[in-house]
Amino acid sequence: MNNFTDLQSQPPLLEVNNLETAFEIDGEWHNAVDNVSFQVKPKQVIGVVGESGCGKSVMSLSIMKLLPKGIGKIRNGDIKFNGINLEKLNDKEMNKVRGKDIAMIFQEPMTSLNPVFTIGFQLSESLHNHFNISKKDARKKVIHLLDKVGISRPEKVVDEYPHQLSGGMRQRVMIAMAIACEPKLLIADEPTTALDVTVQAQILELLQELQTTNDMSIILITHDLGVVAESCHEVIVMYAGEVVEQTDVVTLFESPKHPYTQLLMQSIPRMDQEEEVLASIEGIVPSLKNMPRQGCKFVDRCPKAMDECRSITPQLRESSPGHGVKCLLYETSWEQEGMKAK
Amino acid sequence: MLKYTLRRILGMIPMLLLISIVVFSLALSMPGDPFGGEIDPNNTDPQYIEEMREKAGLNDPVHVQYGRWISNFMQGDFGESTRYKMPVAELIGERMPNTLFLGITSLVITYILAFVMGMYAGRKPYTTADNLIGGVNYLGLAVPSYIAGVFAIYFFSFKLGWFPFSGSVDITLQNGSFEYYLSRLHHVFLPAIVLGALGTASYTQFLRNDIIESSRKDYVRTARAKGTPETKIYNKHILRNSIIPLITFLGFDIVTLISGAIITEAIFTYPGIGQLFLDSINNRDYPVMMTLTMMFSFLVLFGNMIADLLYGIVDPRIRVD
Repeated sequence: MNNFTDLQSQPPLLEVNNLETAFEIDGEWHNAVDNVSFQVKPKQVIGVVGESGCGKSVMSLSIMKLLPKGIGKIRNGDIKFNGINLEKLNDKEMNKVRGKDIAMIFQEPMTSLNPVFTIGFQLSESLHNHFNISKKDARKKVIHLLDKVGISRPEKVVDEYPHQLSGGMRQRVMIAMAIACEPKLLIADEPTTALDVTVQAQILELLQELQTTNDMSIILITHDLGVVAESCHEVIVMYAGEVVEQTDVVTLFESPKHPYTQLLMQSIPRMDQEEEVLASIEGIVPSLKNMPRQGCKFVDRCPKAMDECRSITPQLRESSPGHGVKCLLYETSWEQEGMKAK
Repeated sequence: MLKYTLRRILGMIPMLLLISIVVFSLALSMPGDPFGGEIDPNNTDPQYIEEMREKAGLNDPVHVQYGRWISNFMQGDFGESTRYKMPVAELIGERMPNTLFLGITSLVITYILAFVMGMYAGRKPYTTADNLIGGVNYLGLAVPSYIAGVFAIYFFSFKLGWFPFSGSVDITLQNGSFEYYLSRLHHVFLPAIVLGALGTASYTQFLRNDIIESSRKDYVRTARAKGTPETKIYNKHILRNSIIPLITFLGFDIVTLISGAIITEAIFTYPGIGQLFLDSINNRDYPVMMTLTMMFSFLVLFGNMIADLLYGIVDPRIRVD
């Protein structure tokens, strides 16, 4: 892992400010990502954690501008990559960024590859999109890439179709596709969720290895805190479209502050303790339509909820330098306001 | 692939035998016999009719009649047309080029129209243009060919005089000359347009719906994520997937290509297989009718086989070894 303080001093590679992404449901727009801000420094690995439905994937699709057309849109905020505001780019300009500067791998390796084209075609397309490269050279490069992501007999796989490969192999192909143009930033959206545990570890190892050899930054989206502990420098904990806690990985695991983060930590199964029942967080993330408009969105599931949590919306504040928490437990201002009201 | 094809062809044999029994029974159960219209029953000696029936083998037991027909049929002897007094094979061979010509022309028209409209509507669904295309298509699907045919003849032949309304070629022209082929094209155009335009609906809507469906697939997102231009995504990544279900139609098309369009051919008095089939039924021309029915049945089986083989070529997941 890189030295943390070393990273701090560099200008950010990606800057997301007050991002708001909404989806249209029954004629109304609901925010799936609400006021999210964060930065990614060069060569940094950022983990984004949270359970299903909390806006992690939507956030990553927003950065890539791959939201489903007509249904989802970015309502507010800006996304700057290397100082360029991605929001201002049109489709054609964005196509030059996608795949070349920012690449993405998805959760579902089984369906993310086109079933009717060979692996070689799909990989080399990435190269043809961004470079003037001959077919012969592209093929050589593709074989090299397949080899790099740990696929044995790449000369054969290059002419095979996706259905001939296993899930792990397909995810390796997806990774090869993503790193084909040596992007500066890789967004990995739950890259291991659909895979076997043994394969998961291999894929994560591969990503870590590529991160150091290619000097790229990674946004690793996951709901597995174990993965975060192992491979990230900074962590963003998301709940219901909002960032609820944000800090470096060491601080997060040593002193998690937000009740949601604490509960997530507790639900990691531990080998050294005997447990009858695996700890879990009761309830589910409220759906977009039922999202509370006021107060904390976690209030219904929070063991430390107070009456005020329903009426006062918490803000993301630094509880200590570099450690942001969005919870009234760590805010003092509301108490003072409450006193005044009385 | 070769092994699979051979297996499929062998599998057709029992199917065709069953079909032949059905065809034979149906022909037998039709009212009248081949002498209807040929011999006047009021002014002919009943004994002579009986003699002729005996001679034609019509008084033999059913299974003997069937056995005779099927064994001749399998040896390539399809009999002689009772109406045209010439071998059935020759008769069909004479009509085949006309029907093939009409079929191919109309199919080309269908494909061009369907791909242009379907791809556009699929890429821009729920827009005015898409609704317009849908409307035109369903209108085409709803209008029967005999109405569209009559209207086409009325406007383009009688009123405007652009196209001839009957026949397949100007009979004054010499076979083989450039004008001759031009005249054939001229004659085939109107029925081909009617057939082709009316046939586009299912193709267009199938293609449109499949393109919409495919455009939501994960692999399309992957293609976008690597910076593939939108046009290429639609014309390559999506289209290649969306033509797979259309292969089923292609199987049917092979049948219509050869079986001809019965109604359209009749309206345009276009001398093709379809018209021949209709004539054979009206005239109780059993040899022709039964041969054609058998041929159509075989073509359905054959078309399905071709479609299945094509699936394997278009879709690597179901490639057969």
